[in-house]
Amino acid sequence: MNTSAVTPTADLEVDAVQKTFGNHTAVDRLSFSVPHCSFFSILGPSGCGKTTLLRMIAGFIQPDAGDIRIGGRSMRGVAPNQRPVNMVFQQLALFPMMSVGENVAFGLARRGIGKAERTRKAHAMLERVGLTGSAAKRVDELSGGQRQRVAIARSMVLEPTLLLLDEPLGALDLKLREHMKIELKQLQAAFGTTFVYITHDQSEALVLSDHIGVMNHGRFEQLGTPQALYYEPATPFVAGFVGSNNRITGRIQALNGGLATLETADGWLIEARPQGNLTLGAAATAFVRPEAAVLARNAQSLPAALRPHTGCVESLLFDGANSAILVRETQSRVEFRIALPQTGQFSDLVTGEHIHFAFDPDRALCFADGVAS
Amino acid sequence: MTDNGPLWQRRLFLALLLAPALLWLLLLIVLPHVDLALVSFRERVAPREYVASVAQYTTFFTEPLYWNVFVRTAILSAIATGITLLVAFPVAWTIAKIAKGRQATLLFMVCLIPFWVSETVRTLGWMILLRESGVLPSLLVKLGLAAEPPELLYHDATILVGLVYTSLLFMVVPLVNSLESLDNALIEAAYDLGANGFAVLQRIVIPHAAPGITAGCIVVFMLTLGNYLTPNLLGGTSSQWFTEQIYNQFITRFNWEQGAAFGFLLLGLSTFMVWLGLKASGQRFADVMQRA
Repeated sequence: MNTSAVTPTADLEVDAVQKTFGNHTAVDRLSFSVPHCSFFSILGPSGCGKTTLLRMIAGFIQPDAGDIRIGGRSMRGVAPNQRPVNMVFQQLALFPMMSVGENVAFGLARRGIGKAERTRKAHAMLERVGLTGSAAKRVDELSGGQRQRVAIARSMVLEPTLLLLDEPLGALDLKLREHMKIELKQLQAAFGTTFVYITHDQSEALVLSDHIGVMNHGRFEQLGTPQALYYEPATPFVAGFVGSNNRITGRIQALNGGLATLETADGWLIEARPQGNLTLGAAATAFVRPEAAVLARNAQSLPAALRPHTGCVESLLFDGANSAILVRETQSRVEFRIALPQTGQFSDLVTGEHIHFAFDPDRALCFADGVAS
Repeated sequence: MTDNGPLWQRRLFLALLLAPALLWLLLLIVLPHVDLALVSFRERVAPREYVASVAQYTTFFTEPLYWNVFVRTAILSAIATGITLLVAFPVAWTIAKIAKGRQATLLFMVCLIPFWVSETVRTLGWMILLRESGVLPSLLVKLGLAAEPPELLYHDATILVGLVYTSLLFMVVPLVNSLESLDNALIEAAYDLGANGFAVLQRIVIPHAAPGITAGCIVVFMLTLGNYLTPNLLGGTSSQWFTEQIYNQFITRFNWEQGAAFGFLLLGLSTFMVWLGLKASGQRFADVMQRA
């Protein structure tokens, strides 16, 4: 990643960090850096090593090898209570034995700041996160979203170089989670502090982040902007993990120009853009986004340049603007997900209906099987 | 009426379930206490002739010996409770937070095993270790730390050692319970916000464990205050424990009236100290008893 021109040193530099538990490698010689003022997410399935990585940055676990630098300073041998980082815990870990105000002032008190000053700072911070007048409340009197804000306020009042967030939205219900996503992004922009966020929820990572590292088996599969991960996934794992994707496996039947033709076991032919080196006859997997496909009731209505496919509507997945259908392709019996156009066209489709579809091969990607993950 | 049927049945069922416990409470706790209370408020004026009187209580307050033993028992019990807490806390912390799975169970068993042996035998064991011709004094002589075997029995410190040993489990159990329920993330969060070990203990661990600490202290204090065997055997005649005074009145002097009055004074003392402890730690009795 490029370091920003304004600050020559990145807020966080992870340099060849390694951690093994027994014979399980949780974090495998990982290197990356996070520039100042950015929102960086580490996205990965559970057990990919992201929590271990975060706890090493916070200082709760020592890396076996490699170095972590925060604000340009090596953190080797620096205890968690001496690091310029603060963490928002998964279950928030607010102190139930203290009031909201005392929670926020806790870190200030540990720095030896006087009572009057820390009360003033705690109140100012609570005001900033929209909790004016809540200082005297008990923690359990707050709603889930308010607690979240207290947890952030408690860390931010210490003005850390880096704020670590360990899936803080995981415990909230869906509606609140959507709301808090937006709020988190706005808070990060308002504070201008670098956030390092770990999650297994790709939608959270896409919405919130400036940059995302997709983690699997202790390594980054890909590091890039949300757009890059979505449109140009570097590995089949990223293609399958970020956003929804149709996955079609087969063998390379033809390679001409910029396109590869993939043939499934049942002889269904599809075209896709090759990602990496493909060889004729080799096993490969193609990924097609549901929104890349266009639907038509008759073959003539499909764009002439595209290879036409047919199928039968298997199920209707109505979800407002995210509605889709599952189509079973006629020849291969492969299940194919197609997003319905937002215009409301095809909203009258019924299960069992015969349908034509096509997709732009430039928006489909083909990976050779058996390389990297 | 149709609705009353099941309700009536449920009430009967509940009454039957509670009957053994209620009978036990009534026959073995309430009735004897009522009787003892009546006994303590009478005075024998002639053989088999009694009048209502507070003479037994007046004797207690006018006779310095009784009063001194009473205060001494309270103070030594409080000290024993404090030492038990200090000894039990690291043990409970290890069981609740550091040891994992089987290891924790094993440590807990180690605390429990001494209680498979009766208190008398355990106390006699201490006597074998500590008496002049016992194991520890002869070891001290062998190591050259003492010219001749010292008498380690019949000191206040010996009584305290015995009381702490007897009470340890009753402190460890509520402490383990309250420490186990402390979320490790709270400790980590405190560290993360810049706290050192002492601040974590003072601001997070102790406030969280307060009901358990209070529960353990109440139980241990009551057991210690009412203990007869340990102070008597380890302290000998110089032990001056208030329970011995009660025993003397009932058994040696056959002065049931005085013994009953002493019994009630001890009950009053333990009630007062428990109230004081709850007041001082800002706890509520119901919360504390849930942890015990």
